[in-house]
Amino acid sequence: MSRGRFGVHGGQYMSETLMNELLNLEEQYNHFKEDPEFVEELNTLLKEYAGRPSLLYYAKRMTEDLGGAKIYLKREDLNHTGAHKINNVLGQCLLAKKMGKTRVIAETGAGQHGVATATAAALLGMECEVFMGEEDTKRQALNVFRMELLGAKVHTVTTGSKVLKDAVNDAFREWISRVDDTHYVIGSTMGPHPFPTIVRDFQAVISEEIKEQIMELEGKLPDMVIACVGGGSNAMGAFYNFLEDEEVKLVGVEAAGKGIDTEFHAATIAKGELGIFHGMKSYFCQGNYGQISPVYSISAGLDYPGIGPEHAYLHDIGRAEYVSATDDEAVEAFEYLSRMEGIIPAIESSHAIAHAMRIAGDMDKDDIVVINVSGRGDKDVAAIARYKGVELYE
Amino acid sequence: MSDKKDIKIADAFKDGKAFIGFLTAGDPTIEKTVEYVLAMEEAGCDLVEIGIPFSDPVAEGPVIQEANIRALSNNTNTDDVFEAIRQIREKSDVPLVFLTYINPVFYYGYDKFFKRCQELNVCGIISPDLPYDEKDEILEVTQKYGIDIISLIAPTSKERIQMIAREASGFIYVVSSLGVTGMRSEIRTDLESILKDIKEVTDVPAAVGFGINTPEQAENIAKVADGVIVGSAIVNIIAEHGENAKEPLVNYVKSMKDAIS
Ligand SMILES: Cc1ncc(COP(=O)(O)O)c(C=O)c1O
Repeated sequence: MSRGRFGVHGGQYMSETLMNELLNLEEQYNHFKEDPEFVEELNTLLKEYAGRPSLLYYAKRMTEDLGGAKIYLKREDLNHTGAHKINNVLGQCLLAKKMGKTRVIAETGAGQHGVATATAAALLGMECEVFMGEEDTKRQALNVFRMELLGAKVHTVTTGSKVLKDAVNDAFREWISRVDDTHYVIGSTMGPHPFPTIVRDFQAVISEEIKEQIMELEGKLPDMVIACVGGGSNAMGAFYNFLEDEEVKLVGVEAAGKGIDTEFHAATIAKGELGIFHGMKSYFCQGNYGQISPVYSISAGLDYPGIGPEHAYLHDIGRAEYVSATDDEAVEAFEYLSRMEGIIPAIESSHAIAHAMRIAGDMDKDDIVVINVSGRGDKDVAAIARYKGVELYE
Repeated sequence: MSDKKDIKIADAFKDGKAFIGFLTAGDPTIEKTVEYVLAMEEAGCDLVEIGIPFSDPVAEGPVIQEANIRALSNNTNTDDVFEAIRQIREKSDVPLVFLTYINPVFYYGYDKFFKRCQELNVCGIISPDLPYDEKDEILEVTQKYGIDIISLIAPTSKERIQMIAREASGFIYVVSSLGVTGMRSEIRTDLESILKDIKEVTDVPAAVGFGINTPEQAENIAKVADGVIVGSAIVNIIAEHGENAKEPLVNYVKSMKDAIS
């Protein structure tokens, strides 16, 4: 079997043109992750620039309102640029710089990963170009301007369905065309090996901190960790250091859009089938002789037809459970957390919160649930207003 | 016409330099695919690569991306493509290979897919997202049915060239340039040294593709390679002329074949 497998999933299904670069990336990553200087530099950036460690906050009012398990929120929304994305991006951009790259490219859906990449590129003095589907540039026009403000060039992707999957396609096309001085900063635990591993490692700081913080606060491990799943990076980060602690239940929440029995969802584990796409074997929403299906979610960050290979494996072996939440449930959770705790969560993270709202009430008062609040919701306020039919004048 | 059952890729290379043409099946229709493949063979095409349309052709530039969209928008599926091959085989023994992303093949089922290839005398498969390192994915099944996996070698392959070439079968597809498919005015890769590396370790013929467009380019490539592969330029003719592309295709293929003969 080839490199980078999680059970049958993963692998390196990529153009020959990129194979040497992927091998080089793996070698360099394996070198630098053991290099004390690199580790120190990255930790300093995480601490002094991104604002880590992020808080683990006891959501008292939510706990009391739901009347069951004790709920903690892992506040990735408090990171610089407002989401977990910065953890991965600082790691990859620093690595790219050490590798001698002068230019980074990235795909983005909602714009969070694009903004984070543009931020890290500005900080490290690298050139940055971001690929974003035309539909998303309209839905998230402010983020386009934000990236440009940070010095990045934004390419509007007009191929295919003009959303995240198509942005990934065009980012790969760009990388195939110019690989010498360029690193492709993939935004989630997906793509060909070594990306799913690299991204997971850079996000694993989330569960490392949760573990320390909860031991300090409660003297025991949580009973459950819940995170939303697009490609799977914030969830892998929140799960990783608990994988061996079998008593900790790990729950990933996918986007059910208008419902998993409609055509309009992005629930890969619920509805997808095994396939090979974007460099990896995993589950994908597909049909019609293996064509990749268009997917839908109110949340641009979860609007992806696949799932990272390690999640596919955790699903296969039953170590993690995957459920889904609809647009309606996510919007309700978005408003709920805002009112209940004064925290406006990203619409992506709201999917995780929605699931906690479904189950926490039936759990024991001694049980501890940690929800990974992967990002803040400022970027979503206008979209939620539109969803509710409220007219805004900016 | 085809009672000669065993069509081989080697047939394409036995009389001098090979001209290899590519088109996307179902663009503009399956009927036209049959007609165009037969016409290209008549005009001197030694081997035809038939693209199975895919929703996300990541290695393709705009010209072939759009051909995929046209083919999918009239609902071309893998069984339709096999039907086109069946009709071609009623009239022609031209060596054929599939160019396909691996997911449609995986979805169809490897055994079922390559069995059908054997039945219809499709000699090989080129898969842009199945590099050397992942070929175990299908190797057992392709060997069972006698289908060649066409290896790709890129300008960035360097020390991988000989590793790949040593295990190659059918022919070797040398990618002329970095980037996706599409017509290029200039090819700057040091093809000579890549081909020299290949020839040191194998007798399997090596053809060069990506970006080749004009007879002059083809002539130059043919000086160092065993064959010339043209995709986007052919697809572009089909895009321009739609259902009436037969004559311009014949003229184009003739001019290219003449240039390398
Ligand atoms: C706040 C937030 N959460 C979650 C995601 C989904 O990505 P992943 O599954 O990789 O965490 C995104 C993606 O854009 C995001 O912006």
